[in-house]
Amino acid sequence: MNVKGRIHSIETMGTVDGPGIRYVVFMQGCPLRCKYCHNRDTWDMSHGRIMSVDELMQDIKKYKNFMKYSGGGVTLTGGEPTLQWRFVAELFRRCKADGIHTALDTSGFVDIERADAFLPYTDLVLLDIKEIDPIKHTELTGVSNDKTLAFAQHLSELHIPTWIRYVLVPGYTDDPDDIRALGRFISGLSNVELVEVLPYHTMGVYKWEQLCVDYPLKDVAVPTDEQLEAVRKLLRDSNISVR
Amino acid sequence: MDFIEGKWCRDIDVRDFIQLNYTPYEGDESFLAGPTAATQKLWDKISELLKKETDKGGVLDIDTKTVSTITSHKPGYIDKDLEKIVGLQTDEPLKRAIMPFGGIRMVKQACEAYGYELDPEVERIFTQYRKTHNQGVYDAYTTEMRKARHAGIITGLPDAYGRGRIIGDYRRIALYGVDRLIEDKKQQLIQLEVNDISEEVIRAREEINDQIRALNELKVMASSYGFDISGPAHDARQAVQWLYFGYLAAIKEQNGAAMSLGRVSTFLDIYIDHDVKAGILTEREAQELIDHFVMKLRIVRFLRTPSYNELFSGDPVWVTESIGGMGLDGRTLVTKTSFRMLHTLENLGPAPEPNLTVLWSNRLPEPFKRYCAGLSIHTSAIQYENDDLMRRYWGDDYAIACCVSAMRVGKQMQFFGARANLAKALLYAINGGRDELSGQQVTPRFAPITSEYLDYDEVMERFDTMLDWLARVYVGALNVIHYMHDKYSYEAIEMALHDKDILRTMAFGIAGLSVVADSLSAIKYAKVKPIRNDDGIAVDFEIDGEFPTFGNNDDRVDDIAVDIVQRFMGKLQKQPTYRQSVHTQSILTITSNVVYGKKTGNTPDGRKKGEPFAPGANPMHGRDKKGAVASMSSVAKLPYEYAQDGISYTFSIVPKALGKDEEERVSNLVALLSAYFAQNGHHINVNVFDRETLLDAMDHPEKYPQLTIRVSGYAVNFIKLTREQQLDVINRTFHEVK
Repeated sequence: MNVKGRIHSIETMGTVDGPGIRYVVFMQGCPLRCKYCHNRDTWDMSHGRIMSVDELMQDIKKYKNFMKYSGGGVTLTGGEPTLQWRFVAELFRRCKADGIHTALDTSGFVDIERADAFLPYTDLVLLDIKEIDPIKHTELTGVSNDKTLAFAQHLSELHIPTWIRYVLVPGYTDDPDDIRALGRFISGLSNVELVEVLPYHTMGVYKWEQLCVDYPLKDVAVPTDEQLEAVRKLLRDSNISVR
Repeated sequence: MDFIEGKWCRDIDVRDFIQLNYTPYEGDESFLAGPTAATQKLWDKISELLKKETDKGGVLDIDTKTVSTITSHKPGYIDKDLEKIVGLQTDEPLKRAIMPFGGIRMVKQACEAYGYELDPEVERIFTQYRKTHNQGVYDAYTTEMRKARHAGIITGLPDAYGRGRIIGDYRRIALYGVDRLIEDKKQQLIQLEVNDISEEVIRAREEINDQIRALNELKVMASSYGFDISGPAHDARQAVQWLYFGYLAAIKEQNGAAMSLGRVSTFLDIYIDHDVKAGILTEREAQELIDHFVMKLRIVRFLRTPSYNELFSGDPVWVTESIGGMGLDGRTLVTKTSFRMLHTLENLGPAPEPNLTVLWSNRLPEPFKRYCAGLSIHTSAIQYENDDLMRRYWGDDYAIACCVSAMRVGKQMQFFGARANLAKALLYAINGGRDELSGQQVTPRFAPITSEYLDYDEVMERFDTMLDWLARVYVGALNVIHYMHDKYSYEAIEMALHDKDILRTMAFGIAGLSVVADSLSAIKYAKVKPIRNDDGIAVDFEIDGEFPTFGNNDDRVDDIAVDIVQRFMGKLQKQPTYRQSVHTQSILTITSNVVYGKKTGNTPDGRKKGEPFAPGANPMHGRDKKGAVASMSSVAKLPYEYAQDGISYTFSIVPKALGKDEEERVSNLVALLSAYFAQNGHHINVNVFDRETLLDAMDHPEKYPQLTIRVSGYAVNFIKLTREQQLDVINRTFHEVK
């Protein structure tokens, strides 16, 4: 079966989305509408280039040396890759058949039945939890976090290695109570290897401007190192590994 | 000193000595020592002088009267009491000497450019009585060569400056002492007492006598500093000093484009290791010797003209030192002194010279790889070259001359040949040999392409013919240049430190490879319509449709690049060379990619008239859209077999894109280098910094006296680049976090 997918772009030197040097596929399309999205140009499902799994696999295999020496692999991100769950499942299945490490960078906004199609071939999940508070989550992303949290539980039951990623947006995701609640939630999971607290940044703002869309967080400053450290400390209180 | 004896005792054979006596080091950098008080004081003094030099417009002082020879100047010091290693090119640090044997006009122009006047007596001697290399070349150049040179299709030829790229085996002086080397040369003369006194024999006999004279002068120069170097060195300090005197003699005699040092660290380690084990040298003292030696290498200066600086920006000397690599027997050639040499970047801060070149093998000890990668991340001062690849060609005692030219030390030299502009050659193919900027007919008349759209097969056929012409003129010009260089500006001391029978290569080069590959790709995969002026010359191109570009690991265009490299090499090989030298080729531009671009019109890939080419074998700026790994994978496909003079790739990345923390960045850089070299990549310059740093340095150069960056094959002080070249560096692809 040669499944096709919509691809936004490819980065062959990914070092921030999973271990080692990674072939990162940015998938087109996203159901979330995060106010601070740094890949605004990936939202629209009608954009992007259509590629088959065959085509992509052929290209991926060219980079096996780099994956081998760095302990890297393939990362699917986006956009929200699970929107194209069949493609994810087929690509990861083929990667595993070739001995390539697979990582999925997702908001977890996916139905469990669909996720079960690709999870058997997924070595690592990079799960973005945007907010633990469901109302704030909806405000920030346009959708509730029910699915995300259920997905997290599901990963825990399957013991799939997971890194939780949390973007600190001053004024939006920095409520200490929420962060403590997030810590408690994570410490209840069996599979979390690492929690990464990432600073909100403005490097993607130009993409909003290019699309002539107003950027909603114009007045928000990037967090200071102290702010980041404070959040990490709060999370560490729940006995989890944070960086 | 009690060394293990062997063949090296009977013959001049430094490699044999190294193999029998060196101690490989597999550990990490924790043994290294910081700078001594003397080192710091000395470096402060030099830093002050360097600042004065910059403030004075790049040249601190010129001795306009004394023609530089090995013995021309009285001893010079920075601070005699502090210096563990002594010797300067002139009687004062950073004072530049005149070397008119290459060409008197260049010397005069260079003096004038910096506000000095060349001594009229010197000018008279080198105009009336003594012919120069430059004059010889112009006596022999043909009309066609002059035209090609003027149009800029062949540029940067060493017809008015020293060719360089010859490495004397300076280690021989420390190991054997000068007397033994003279004795050896006298034996060579006896061997040349033959029946048939051919031109070759006559030349060899004359050259060897020149070499013996140079060796005698070397002894005189050393004795002016109070050292008798007629015998071998007896301890580590002497070994460094003897070796440096040899190098110093070379840079007093020759203003070569690249005056490289060779591969000395592991050789010197034998002496240092011996003294440390004998308890007569501490680690601090050992490091001090290397630091003081390196300080000398950092202040090597030549007097050059502004037009030279345009080609080779930032006052480079290419004191290239090759470090590491593996031995043929499988032991690593990394020693503690490999670390000590690199550690100077920490003790003295980053600097462009010496041009520290790590010979990378995937079998190098892990701690050494990590140490190098860490230093690259913090200093951007190191280049890496593929030892696993080069060892197959050159054994385990080769060194890099200049940027990427490998040669067996003491057994091989090259006739340096700058480069041909292949992008312009493609335009000539389209325009029947008329220059797209001047309209002048540069080549013999060829039929121009007159079709509305460019047809790939037709263009390739014309391009092929044009390359035949180019190769013929190019090889001819180099034959002229090197004939005259040998005759009027012979490198006596450097050649004295070579064997009698050596391998000579003639190193051709190409510029604009990615422009040509992308242009041909556009013609093949999109529709390209030439816009012709009233004279029928294609001065612009309309491109309709998409086409793959070099640097995205896409075989459709990468194969075109490979084909061009092989094709041009084949054409060069058809042309006979001076002294039966072996043809080689490099894909290296140094900083001439800027000036080449300036002299080339619009090209069919969409590059605009005057825009710089990419440096060396790099993809064009911003066209490598799939990230660093795809970009370097394309470059790694270029076949070293057809470009044995080296394939240069310059890589710039922001620290964040290498990983989240120091540990990760080091691991990822090591992996990146390992995979690139496993794919037969030949060379890589590694730059790690943010674009903002460079922008700030342009506005506030005083804040960045030691900011070092790697350009094509060498490193420069960023603030010493011309503004144009600074912008070129900033506009290059920086691999960032996506």
